[in-house]
Amino acid sequence: MKLDEFFVTGDPLILGSQIAIGLTMVGLVVLITYLKKWKWLWNEWFTTVDHKKIGIMYIIAGVLMFFRGGVDGLMMKAQTSRPNMEFLDAQHYDEVFTTHGVVMILFMAMPLLIGIINVVMPLQIGARDVAFPKLNALSFWTFFVGAMLFNISFVIGGSPDAGWTSYFPLAGSEFSPDVGNNYYAIALQIAGVGTLASGINFIVTILKMRAPGMKLMKMPMFSWTTLVTSVLIVAAFPIFTVALALMTLDRIFGAHFFTVAGGGDPMLWLNLFWLWGHPEVYIVVLPAFGMFSEVIATFSRKNLFGYTAMVVSIVAIAFLSMLVWVHHFYTMGNSAAVNSVFSITTMMIAIPTGVKIFNWLFTMRKGRIKFTNAMLWALAFIPNFTIGGVTGVMLAMAAADYQYHNTLFLVAHFHYTLIPGVVFAVFAGLYYWWPKMFGFKLNEKIGKWHFWLFVIGFNLTFMPMFFVGLDGMSRRMYTYSESTGWGPLLGISAVGSLVLAAGFAALVYNIYWSFRYASRDIGGDPWDARTLEWATASPVQEYNFAITPQVTDHDEFWLMKKQGRNTIKKEDVKDIHMPSNSAIPIILSVAMGIVGFFLVFEWVTLAAIFSVLIIGGLIANSFDYDDGYHIPAKKVWETEQKWRGDL
Amino acid sequence: MASQTSTPLEYSTKQNEMNILGFWIFLGAEIVLFSTLFATYFVLEQSYAGGPTQSDLFILKDVLIETFLLLTSSFTMGLAIHQMRGNNKNAMLFWTVATLLLGLGFLYYEINEFNHYIHEGLTLQTSAFGSAFLTLLGTHGVHVALGIGWVIALIIQVVRRGITAVTARKFFIVSLYWHFLDVVWIFIFTFVYLKGLM
Repeated sequence: MKLDEFFVTGDPLILGSQIAIGLTMVGLVVLITYLKKWKWLWNEWFTTVDHKKIGIMYIIAGVLMFFRGGVDGLMMKAQTSRPNMEFLDAQHYDEVFTTHGVVMILFMAMPLLIGIINVVMPLQIGARDVAFPKLNALSFWTFFVGAMLFNISFVIGGSPDAGWTSYFPLAGSEFSPDVGNNYYAIALQIAGVGTLASGINFIVTILKMRAPGMKLMKMPMFSWTTLVTSVLIVAAFPIFTVALALMTLDRIFGAHFFTVAGGGDPMLWLNLFWLWGHPEVYIVVLPAFGMFSEVIATFSRKNLFGYTAMVVSIVAIAFLSMLVWVHHFYTMGNSAAVNSVFSITTMMIAIPTGVKIFNWLFTMRKGRIKFTNAMLWALAFIPNFTIGGVTGVMLAMAAADYQYHNTLFLVAHFHYTLIPGVVFAVFAGLYYWWPKMFGFKLNEKIGKWHFWLFVIGFNLTFMPMFFVGLDGMSRRMYTYSESTGWGPLLGISAVGSLVLAAGFAALVYNIYWSFRYASRDIGGDPWDARTLEWATASPVQEYNFAITPQVTDHDEFWLMKKQGRNTIKKEDVKDIHMPSNSAIPIILSVAMGIVGFFLVFEWVTLAAIFSVLIIGGLIANSFDYDDGYHIPAKKVWETEQKWRGDL
Repeated sequence: MASQTSTPLEYSTKQNEMNILGFWIFLGAEIVLFSTLFATYFVLEQSYAGGPTQSDLFILKDVLIETFLLLTSSFTMGLAIHQMRGNNKNAMLFWTVATLLLGLGFLYYEINEFNHYIHEGLTLQTSAFGSAFLTLLGTHGVHVALGIGWVIALIIQVVRRGITAVTARKFFIVSLYWHFLDVVWIFIFTFVYLKGLM
């Protein structure tokens, strides 16, 4: 392979990115060296096994990926803003919508949610850490390496261009001979390893490490949704693992799973993809539901309405989510009977979801609502998400779907579910739990700018797409003629996307402003909240709880405050066992990244040779008997005195 | 020390309990993984694209030998765990090495089997049937090979450290893995080989 094939050349946009990436990387290395921060980075972050720090790294990576996926979105909106635009050519547009989808779902939504779960869930159940701290670090680093491998595709070798669903035969080597789709198959595989490990980790943490007295049915709702999402991860991700492996075998080793030539079946890919892909939608939305439940209860000053019904509905949603995958391809040759079955299962999901919506509304009823930023996002979520839900029921009707299938109506629908459902939740969660992570609040006033710009921009961007979709515009069209009459609506949509981007910029500015100027004197419980994570300092002590809390009922921290139990006695404080940092997760993940990179370019021998690194990492891990260390009781007591004040 | 009546050594600490539960959940994920591969095989098992078919390829005698070797290795692995619970380090190592040898024997026959198929003109590239069959079989084979490496690493650790709560837990987990591969093989034997020869 020649060098000019290795690097993507000939496009000024990409040349600009290459230079920008090069300069940024050199700049970062120089800056870190100048500040003498390498050792600090390595010891405090890269090798950490602390769930709170890992969560923060997930969140930083997720916000960066949000930016990248957002730029992709803006480029698409610019290209379709007017008829016959010539900003991007067809190939470039294909690459941009593919990476936009993959980045937003797998490298933005997933890490932001898993990041917040990492920080909050162990605290919410009164645990020291997750069940397997080192595995948790491995989860993060495989995700991060997978994401980076995917992201370099647009400057080295070329990006995938067959859509985030990468349907065969288009995604096969016959029609997509470039390395782009290899990046898809391999980068997502590496990231998927980490997600599966997270799922297992969270299940064991929740089943085995809850504070004494916290029965499953007394667990905070966010932890419940984490548990159910983790079960879905374990049930669904291996299907994707296999699908991607089969794709890799087809593309790199000439197998015939999905290629018609050797008797393969492209529909097999669709089935496998959506057998994972549909549960994946609920994997990202369930924790988001959990966050709204916490935020709405806290800022309505009431306990959550219909707790049991909430638990039953999330379990029902998770169960049904495994039974609806065919609704993604009603039009592709199923019998009427099959389509009818999947129509019904799909519509059934609206029932438990509706139950949840009403429970949130009843939680607010007669509550003393505080309109904080976190609460505003939760309030905006309900009507916007309902639009997404109702259009979903429209799409669920198989006969009608023949009209909507693959139009912008569908695209508008899933943006109306995923943005209010997931992105609003992440914003609500960030504003809510930010003080727990960093020890200061985000500014409420700048937050209002963020909120209004984003919500208005979101509606301006996606509402017109329902109408052009109904008017027949299919998704993934990179250009259209003036005679279609879509120009004005798509123009509004493009303006909306700029407002949306301004909203995101306001968030970034808010983070900067608050980091510089916000008060650090906020105590452990700035929102007067209800669950156990607020019984810790802000930011949380490295050992979490000096004494494992005893749980008596729902909203335990609220009860502790009411009953004056939120104190500790010196004689109860014991030494606390901590796990040691480990370099194995990052080294193992980087090794996977190297092997993955060689596989992308089909340098199979090199990949095989470097696989030795992975095996070596696993062996090193097996022989690692590090048993951690203890924080002495005296030091714990001093730390507690410092943040609690008058002990 | 563990006795017959108290909690087994591998369950003696909270961390051990969690590791074992975590591994059970991982095996759940493995079940999904193999189910997907089986489903793929069932979809594509008749797509020969002019290449060889099951009845051209399968030699029941060799498959029976493989089955015998792997099932026996599961039994010896059970004996090893039994000796571990009785705190008999040497007997435990004896049965583990026996397991290892049986596993290696299985791999030897499986590699021969692959050679035979290539000889008969069936590769990953021949047909969708070839892709699906060899991938299912190969994934199981790779699991067995990894299991052998894993068992070797643990033998070294038990020799060095003796039977402790940690080594017992690690050994118990590898035994779960080994039995799981046995169960998968029973499904391959039944639904791939026997069904293919019917």
